[in-house]
Amino acid sequence: MAVRTQFENSTDIGVFSKLTNSYCLTALASSTNFYSVFESELADVIPIVHTTIGGTRIIGRLTAGNRHGLLVPSTTTDQELQHLRNSLPPSVAIQRVEERLSALGNVIACNDYVALVHPDIDRETEEIIADTLKVEVFRQTVASNVLVGSYCALSNQGGLVHPKTSRSELDELSSLLQVPLVAGTVNRGSEVIGAGLVVNDWCAFTGLDTTATEVSVIEATFRLQGQTSAAVINEMRDSLIDHYA
Amino acid sequence: MVAMEYMPDAAGQESYILCADCGTVISSANGAGLCVGCLRNTVDITEGIPKEATLNFCRGCDRFLSPPNTWVIAQPESRELLAICLKKIARPLMKVRLIDASFIWTEPHSRRIKLKITIQKEVLANTVLQQTFELMLVVHTGQCPSCTRLAAKNTWKASVQVRQKVTHKRTFLWLEQLILKHNAHKDTINIQEKRDGLDFFYAERNTAIKMVEFLAGVVPTRTKASEQLISSDTHSNTSNYKFTYSVEIVPICKDDLVCIPRALAKSWGNISPLTICSRVGNTIHLLDPMTLQQTDVTAPVYWRQPFESLATVSDLVEFIVLDVEPSGPVRGKYVLADAQVTRASTSGANNIDDEGMGDDGIYHTRTHLGGILQPGDTVLGYHLTNANFNDTAFETLNTDRIPDVILVKKTYPNRRKKSKPRNWKLRSIAKEAEDVQEGGNTIGRGALGRRGGVDQKNVERDYELFLRDLEEDKEMRAAINLYKNDPAHKAQDEDGDVGMGERDHKSGSGMRGGKRRAGAAQAAVRPAAGGMDVDDGMGEGETEAEGTDADDEEEEDFPEIDMDELLEHFDELDMEDSNGPQGSEVQ
Repeated sequence: MAVRTQFENSTDIGVFSKLTNSYCLTALASSTNFYSVFESELADVIPIVHTTIGGTRIIGRLTAGNRHGLLVPSTTTDQELQHLRNSLPPSVAIQRVEERLSALGNVIACNDYVALVHPDIDRETEEIIADTLKVEVFRQTVASNVLVGSYCALSNQGGLVHPKTSRSELDELSSLLQVPLVAGTVNRGSEVIGAGLVVNDWCAFTGLDTTATEVSVIEATFRLQGQTSAAVINEMRDSLIDHYA
Repeated sequence: MVAMEYMPDAAGQESYILCADCGTVISSANGAGLCVGCLRNTVDITEGIPKEATLNFCRGCDRFLSPPNTWVIAQPESRELLAICLKKIARPLMKVRLIDASFIWTEPHSRRIKLKITIQKEVLANTVLQQTFELMLVVHTGQCPSCTRLAAKNTWKASVQVRQKVTHKRTFLWLEQLILKHNAHKDTINIQEKRDGLDFFYAERNTAIKMVEFLAGVVPTRTKASEQLISSDTHSNTSNYKFTYSVEIVPICKDDLVCIPRALAKSWGNISPLTICSRVGNTIHLLDPMTLQQTDVTAPVYWRQPFESLATVSDLVEFIVLDVEPSGPVRGKYVLADAQVTRASTSGANNIDDEGMGDDGIYHTRTHLGGILQPGDTVLGYHLTNANFNDTAFETLNTDRIPDVILVKKTYPNRRKKSKPRNWKLRSIAKEAEDVQEGGNTIGRGALGRRGGVDQKNVERDYELFLRDLEEDKEMRAAINLYKNDPAHKAQDEDGDVGMGERDHKSGSGMRGGKRRAGAAQAAVRPAAGGMDVDDGMGEGETEAEGTDADDEEEEDFPEIDMDELLEHFDELDMEDSNGPQGSEVQ
């Protein structure tokens, strides 16, 4: 199920929110409309946390995370870190990263198993990513763009990448990620996928400008059609049980 | 072993996405993420460009207004018209790239002009859209300012009134040639002859000012400007004037006798008050023939304290030079000489004057013409003993110091007696049929005397004198254009004159040959002058084989105009002119 929304008249909702399978972060807004949209979809399932990172609202671009953990940049205050720690489930590891490329959301694109990172990221950061998020880390570019987090959106079901990604590059990336990838756009032709779309395994939120065609592409890519969150949890439970068995 | 390298195929390099609007598969090469159709639906690059405009057209002269204020002739569907049309939307077109523009045919009576315009514009990053649209121009008919003025019988906006208060027209004949040479009449819309001068009419004030400045550059003038209010608009604070420039030319001409007030003469280098005007450029050159002292009088200086000429060219009388003896001083072409002259009057009683004063008719004088005078020559001068001037400055002169005769210029009466056609002629600002049919070398009086002037005879005489002046004054000739006389006239002249035939090749000698023959014939008719002429013939006898009977040979130094000085016949040049605006408008 893909839901269109906007953050204070901006359609770049990926900038102001972060969605994973085990939690959701939203930026502080003057009204709670944005929060309410997330709440209506996710309230019963995962915690939705209002937060700022380093005093800013662009939390989606500054943080990276998945089911296992959350990476926050060095600008995050102790208070914010404490608030996140208190709000997130104990199973989610939170780690502050001393990385020069501090917009972690732009330089890291990940699902629960694999992360694509900016080619110039520190080796130490790479290790932290691998440890905290429990993922395999690949230094990659998407359609010649180094900001992999900005130009793609990944879930465990699939991924949407920059529209100019060539067929061969799509093949290469999907073989790394082991999920099907589709080149596409959001927000009526916008190529910054990461900014226009947040997605987890059963739910997606896109900018208000996203057209029906784009929504249908998103739903097909991330296998969101006809699935309720419960069904996915069941499916996920199956896979988890399978995984841990 | 050949190294095998994996080359991704071209298909692998392409990427396809679904159009965000319609869902068709498109190449993602365009940055918009939309197919061309959807992109065109969303973005209108012709936005802000007017699709309808107006075009101003003057019915009177069939011209279109090319903004801001020029009117140009443009054929339907011509490049010029296209340019005018596109100018109408020039500002919005700045923001896009114009690819193509063409006319769509419309019925002329519909007063509509349609254009098909193709433009390109970059809509998003790296996405250039091309679009074609139609521009309709409504032709509004009206009158251009010049047609309005014509319709209101209000054709001129500025006029220049040139006046010289003298009895003859030679200054204006000279001015006409100068104007022609410098093409100063280019913007003149009309020229009218008025008493004592000419009126030049102009459509624009600045062209009139240009004319005034031209005149001030060639003759000493005084200018007065005045303006007449035609209309005024209190709302827009604009008003419409007619401007008139009154240009008065100093009434002193070349060869005039001038008596300047004593005080002035003192301040001008203590020159003698009795002088002759040697030349008029944009200053007056005064020359004292007794001492060769010269002074220049500029127009402002003259007008501060104007003076009249004492005697003019019409008062000149002929003298015969009996003896010339250079007395030493030389200044330029002037050589001071003591001369003995006698009146060349045809009346028998030339030796005893009317008062019976016992005058022997021989006058001694000093002259500046020592360089060109020979005994026997005929010379023009002012005969002051017989003159009766009414001039205060002249009356204050010491009568003992006033010479009997002031010689002014050499003349060539024998040469002039024969009505020999000139091998050159002048252009005139306006040519008229009746001028041409007179034939010979009189080729029109230009702007002057065409309405008969005061009386036709005077005008004819002035013109002839003007032509003679030109022949005798090389400096004067150099300032204007002379043209070869047309060959048709030459052919007529050749009847029985051997020398004439050679004229084209060696003009100087040909002319002289012709003159000699005719001169011999004339000697028989004029026995009275015989004695003197023989005497003169002796003087020059060395050069002349038949010195004894050739009575007119003294005029060997008659100024001939070299063919090299002459320009090609101007009728051919006129062919283009006659189509031009000034050719037809100047009447």
